[in-house]
Amino acid sequence: MGTEIAHAIADGILGGGVYALMAAGLTLIFGVLDIINVAQGILVVLGGYLSYVLSVHLHLDLLLGLLITMPAMFVIGVVIYWLFIRPLRGAERTSMTLLACFAVALIVEGALYWRFGSNFVSLSASYTVSSVHMFGFYLSDIYLIGFGLAVVAIASLYLILYRTKFGRAVRATMQNQAAARLIGIDVNRVAAVTFGIGTAVTAVGGMVFGAVSGGFNPNSGYDLISRLLAIVILAGMGSIGGALVTAVFMTTAEALVDIWQPNWSVAVFYLALVIILTVRPAGLFGRRAVRTQ
Amino acid sequence: MRTHTPRARYLAAGASAVLATALIAACGSSGSGSSSSSPILIGTSLSLTGDFSTDGQAFEKGYEIWANDVNKHGGLLGRKVKLVILNDGSSPTQVDTNYTDLITVKHVDLTFGPFSSLLTAPAAEVAHRYGFAFVEGAGGSPLVFSEKLPNVFDVALPVANSLDPLVNWLKSLPAGQRPTSAAYPIANDPFTILQVQRAQGFLQQAGISTSYSKIFPEEVPDFLPNATLVAGKKPQMVILGSTAVPTVTSFVKAFAQQHYNPKIMLATAGPDQGAAFLSAVGGAAVANGVMVPNLWYPGYNDPTSKAMVNEYVAKYGGNASGVNADVAEAYSVGQITADAVTATGGTSGSKIIAYLHGNRTFPSVEGPVQFNNLGENVKAIAFVFQWQNGKFVQVLPVGATGSVPIMYPKTNW
Repeated sequence: MGTEIAHAIADGILGGGVYALMAAGLTLIFGVLDIINVAQGILVVLGGYLSYVLSVHLHLDLLLGLLITMPAMFVIGVVIYWLFIRPLRGAERTSMTLLACFAVALIVEGALYWRFGSNFVSLSASYTVSSVHMFGFYLSDIYLIGFGLAVVAIASLYLILYRTKFGRAVRATMQNQAAARLIGIDVNRVAAVTFGIGTAVTAVGGMVFGAVSGGFNPNSGYDLISRLLAIVILAGMGSIGGALVTAVFMTTAEALVDIWQPNWSVAVFYLALVIILTVRPAGLFGRRAVRTQ
Repeated sequence: MRTHTPRARYLAAGASAVLATALIAACGSSGSGSSSSSPILIGTSLSLTGDFSTDGQAFEKGYEIWANDVNKHGGLLGRKVKLVILNDGSSPTQVDTNYTDLITVKHVDLTFGPFSSLLTAPAAEVAHRYGFAFVEGAGGSPLVFSEKLPNVFDVALPVANSLDPLVNWLKSLPAGQRPTSAAYPIANDPFTILQVQRAQGFLQQAGISTSYSKIFPEEVPDFLPNATLVAGKKPQMVILGSTAVPTVTSFVKAFAQQHYNPKIMLATAGPDQGAAFLSAVGGAAVANGVMVPNLWYPGYNDPTSKAMVNEYVAKYGGNASGVNADVAEAYSVGQITADAVTATGGTSGSKIIAYLHGNRTFPSVEGPVQFNNLGENVKAIAFVFQWQNGKFVQVLPVGATGSVPIMYPKTNW
């Protein structure tokens, strides 16, 4: 039993990294732009399909393929912002962006069905089925890679936000858009680039998701978005590091429940959300984390 | 307090979006009235999107191939047949709405069943309410028959007995060759639970100990913790209660990562999805030795089945092993319905229901079909199929026509 518990904790921690990778873009976009991007699930799937195309048709390694899919997803994110989000103005902007993101999700899902059909595909490489023997059991290579990528992605986002001139512009925009404009910051450009960065990070999440899952199709985004939203809300909307900690906590709890009652594992995932939000309505880490140094 | 207002707005906006989408999906123009020269309208709701979309789209192809064949031969009763297909998004709620729409707004003459027991059960009730016969090909679980609706006719294999060939074969093995332990991870679905737990009971009686037996939710994106637990027990056999390809693929991947190779790996659904399974699992080498129970496979030695498979390959490409078993189930629904319409001389629901309950045996691409008073196909014979070097072949029952030697133990991942 001790080995099972230790293995479940290890699986939970690694799985949390994968979820954090998928949720990082979502929490960045909310933290900066006040947009709940409900298209995040389908964007993860889109990232998976881009990796699939490069892998199957160009025989490009999944990790190398990120050098292409990340810039591609950045451009897609910027285009989504300029076409669907930027035109929205006024007091109802926040709720309207929710609908706009929903529309984006439907459009992307429809396009993926049209191009790839409904059959499940998965991403394969030597490291998607290999593992290393550590602590007395096998740990999956692709999960270890996913966890490493999550740490790198989240550290990079922190560096961008807190150690660059662009990051200062982003935080100024978050705190007060009118004042940011007065000091010469192009708020629309900052917002578009931020949306693009959030979407580019999602390309990494999509690749890892496609490699660890048993298969995905254009519908797979729906199973993801509720879990990603739960992680981001629980972390505190906008807390990027908090998303990693929370994802690890949630998936570890889920993996532990799996040992005894797997049928309850999903319920535990959302039960934790309800309980913690009751005690801490702003989430575990709160959204202020992103907006202040 | 400020944070509560936007949250309420998001919820309201989200609910509005969902409602609007549902309304748009539910709206449709009124159907044409039937006459002796107009086509026979056949309505069905299929899961073209959502969790069952792979199966739903395979069913669509099966229905379309059948309709093409019928129309090529002059239609039914001298009238062409026309399919009216609505998308239920794999939702049991939407399937209810769709059949109501098909019957009351689009005025279809006949209905065909959807995919999965979860959707067939509510759909059959709607059809029953309006007096329609409901021939279906993917609702074989007790959930569908528990209401004892007189209009339900399932051409597929009754789910409960699906694993009997495997159980019988294992019991026939000399004790030294029989696996000594088994794991039963079961997805929470009416299709899986009964058949796997029934097999587990028989195998325990036969002396095969149970290492693991738990029900897990199937709507999670990956199954690493569940598969790791199974692998940790090192059972010699895994009977996975699955309804879809990703579940099987996820377990196989995790088993490979854990360097765990059972002698027998059987999944209740997924490996029967032809090319869709092979591409998701990572190719023929990984699929080697994986088994699945079913009624039909593309190599079934029947002229109408072969013709249907050839037609499918000509239209959609690939090879025979790539044809999803759902295609044959859908085609059989069309065949049985056509037989009843021709025999009764019309599309009257009550006459068709009485005819199908008449203890008759009907030919189909899946073999003979005969319904008991619940609408189960009592002529259906369970087989077990196995992937062997990229080919999907029948292996059990041993000695049955078409069976080839079983690969046992399966090759390592």
